[in-house]
Parts: sequence; structure tokens; C-alpha cells
Amino acid sequence: MRGAPQLSLGFLVNNNSAGGIGPAIQGTLILIGLTSLFGIPVGILSGIYLAEFGTNKYATTMRSINDVLTEFPSIVVGITAYGVIVIALIGHYSAIAGAIALSFILIPIVARTTEESLKLVPNSVREASLALGAHKWRTTLSVVLPTAKAGLLTGTLLAVARIAGETAPLIMTILGNRYFFQGLNQPMAALPLEIWRDSLQPQASLVAQGWGAALILILMVLSLNIIVRLASRGRLKR
Amino acid sequence: MTSTNSTQTTTFDPEMKMQSIDLNAWFGTKQALKNVNINIKTNAVTAIIGPSGCGKSTFIRCLNRMHELTPNAKMTGQILLDGENIYDKQVDPVQVRRRVGMVFQKPNPFPTMSIYDNVAAGLRLTGTKKGKNLDEVVKRSLEQATLWDEVKDDLKKPGTSISGGQQQRLCIARAIALQPEVILMDEPCSALDPIATAKIERLVVELKRDYTVAIVTHNMQQASRVSDFTAFMYLGALIEFGPTRGIFESPKNPLTEKYITGEFG
Repeated sequence: MRGAPQLSLGFLVNNNSAGGIGPAIQGTLILIGLTSLFGIPVGILSGIYLAEFGTNKYATTMRSINDVLTEFPSIVVGITAYGVIVIALIGHYSAIAGAIALSFILIPIVARTTEESLKLVPNSVREASLALGAHKWRTTLSVVLPTAKAGLLTGTLLAVARIAGETAPLIMTILGNRYFFQGLNQPMAALPLEIWRDSLQPQASLVAQGWGAALILILMVLSLNIIVRLASRGRLKR
Repeated sequence: MTSTNSTQTTTFDPEMKMQSIDLNAWFGTKQALKNVNINIKTNAVTAIIGPSGCGKSTFIRCLNRMHELTPNAKMTGQILLDGENIYDKQVDPVQVRRRVGMVFQKPNPFPTMSIYDNVAAGLRLTGTKKGKNLDEVVKRSLEQATLWDEVKDDLKKPGTSISGGQQQRLCIARAIALQPEVILMDEPCSALDPIATAKIERLVVELKRDYTVAIVTHNMQQASRVSDFTAFMYLGALIEFGPTRGIFESPKNPLTEKYITGEFG
């Protein structure tokens, strides 16, 4: 709550020189957007594959790799992204490297929750569709997925909430920045980085700014969780 | 899939909609069907009775190629539909299932769909709705399933909001909407109360005017009420098969007699 006095419209939209955390908020929103764009489709498709078509050896391997990735320390993901993308591929810190690193945290979580929600769909529902002469892919797409919709939404939003607060991979990929968005291949600000940097500063005003940023991040994650609650309440009603 | 030790002639009988010829089926290493030969006559109701685990459900799941969807399931033999083996290599199981519809033991309407959408689901999922008036198909199917009067004002309500017996008739309407040639029913009344059961039984008798029906039941009275032919199965083998009246009034096999008189089962 020490962040509360910081809150004002200027704090939210101004850049750092003007005493605001606008660039960090913008950066975090861009990161969430990009990561979701890369990660959610891949994660959901993997989950569908594992749940509906995953009875072969290949899928078993994929499932255990996925499990390992879910528990991967995020700092290791960051340092891998640093080595592969920042140094080898692009040559400098960039927003896109951060989004890719976060995707690798997001994908396994989304894949796992997708698989679990699809497995909750009773087999009788699949059989009903197949017995009508629907193809397997059509059954998955038009019958199984809609039935598991609330579970998919919940899992995905929780995964997004998780990556919104990740700090470690960002230190080594997007570096941080005092300015608004400069391009996908440039360093970028983000709320977790802002908190981390500010709290290490000697000036009281910067530390206070860090508290403010922390409050904003908590509010963002909290609102995602509230959306999850509302979504899963919808599931109970069905 | 060639048949050895054939126990009956394998020639096509045009009076028969479906014929099973030396049908064997397995789950893993457990044999569920042993050389079953049953003929299902066009526009008649054929009942398959027998104690639990005798293979009657497995048998009708072979008739529309649902059996092979179970992991580790195998089968040999032939199933003729209008004289053509549905297990031939060039036959697409998906096409077979469009011609041979199925109603399951537990009513299983699609939980995310309305009553209307459930009936229309077959046409939509199979991409065969082109050139058809969906409203008309839905109305006609629900009428044939004797459900129209009860739900005509609630078509937008979820398919799971109606009673169990109504849900089962909804599932029958869903199967009918695709205009299959054969309707398979796997113990369609076992989850229903007596009143709902009576409604479904009346419906089954009516359905045979337009369709060929095969019904699995563990209820012998039901078999005697609705069917024209009855097959009695025990431990995966066909024990006796013939006109329903003959089976119930003068069973030839002592095992059949014991089962019908309630000595075991």
C-alpha cells in the first residue's frame, strides 16, 4: 500500500524523466500481447494434440518434455534466450527476445491446462459426434473444444497472469528502457524490471516510484484473476 | 478378414439390410465375440438380448464401425450393408456411420448446444446441410421422435435442460436428422423410468416403417414387446436367433429357455 500515494494519471502515462512509469506499463502490455500471440496458439494446439491424438510414443515424449519445461527455473529460460536470441541471432537486447523467452514459460502451462480440460470432456460426447459420421478433427473442433471452453479460458488467463510478473527472463532479454516503445528489435521497459531497478536506487523518490509500479502490476494480475473467476463461474452454471 | 470355418452361407440376401458373417471381436487379448452370424432384416426391429458382458453392445458397435475406436480393439469377419462389406479397405468408416446411426445407453446430447442445434448437429458436423432447410429437418426429426410438441417452444434452451427421457428422444431425433438407413440402439432405456421407457418403445415400433432398427436390451419384456426378431447371446457367442415369438414361446436351446424364464442372467 506504500505505492498508493504515487498513483495519479501522470504516474501512469508520463515517462520516467517526468516521474511516471508509462513506458513500463506500455512495455508490459506489449510483452503480454506478443507472448500471447506466439504462445497461446502453440500451447493450445499442443494440448489438443496431447489430449485427442496423443496415444503414441511421440506424444508420451512430448508430454514429459512439456512437464519438465513447466517446472523450468525462469532464470534458465532467460539465460538461454540471452545466449540464443540476444547474442547469436539479433546481437542486442530486444523486446522480441523477451516475448520469445516468456513464450517458453507460457506454452507448457497452456498446453498442460488445455490437455487437462479436454480430458474432462466425457467420452460419450465424442462418441455421439463420431457416431453421427463426423470426422475426428471436426469432432475436436466443433464439439470437444466448445465443451471445454471455460477450462481453456481459465488456464490461458492464469498462464498470462503468471508471465506478466516474470522478471528474471526480462533482465537478460529486453534489458529495460526509460523511454516509450522504440521498436520490436530495441530494448523495452516492463513493470517487473521497473520495480527491480527502482527499489535498488538510493533516491527516496525512485524507491517510491517502484512501490507504485508494484501496485500497478498487482492490480493487473488481480484483475486477470477476477476475470478467471468470472469465467469459471460461467462453467459451473453449465 | 477372410472367413474360415464358416457356419453359414455367406451369400447376400436382399431381404436383409445388414448381415454379420463370422464376426469375431477382441479387446486386447480378451475375445468379446465368437463367430457371430446375425441377419438384420430391412424395416424390422431386431433385438439382441443376453446377460451383461455377453457381447451384445460390442456386436452393434461393430455394425457402424464404432468398435474400432476403442483402444486395442480388433475384429475379423464381415459386416454386409446392402451386400457390401463395410470393412472393405476402400470403405470410409465415416460414411458408414452416416448410413448407420446410433443411440447410446446414456442420453448424450451435446452440452454446449441448444435443442435445435443438437438436432441440426449431424447435418452441420458432416457438412451435408447444403440445399436443405434446417428448420424443416429439425421439425420433422423432432416430430418423428415424438418430441416436437414438448419442446417446440423451447428450441433455444440447452439440450441438457430437458428430462432424461426427453434427452434420449432428442438423441434419436439427432440420429434421424441425418436420414440414416439403419438405427442402432444400445440399451436406450436402461437409464430411464418406466413412463419414458414406454414412450421410447412406442417410438421404436414406429421407426421401423422408415428405418431398419437393431436394439440391444437386457430387458426381455422389452425385446418381446418391440422386436420382430430376437438374437440371444451368451459369453460372446450367438446361442439362438429367430422370430421373436418363436424365441420366447418355444426356444430351441435350453440355455435360451433358462435365460428367458429368469433362471440366470
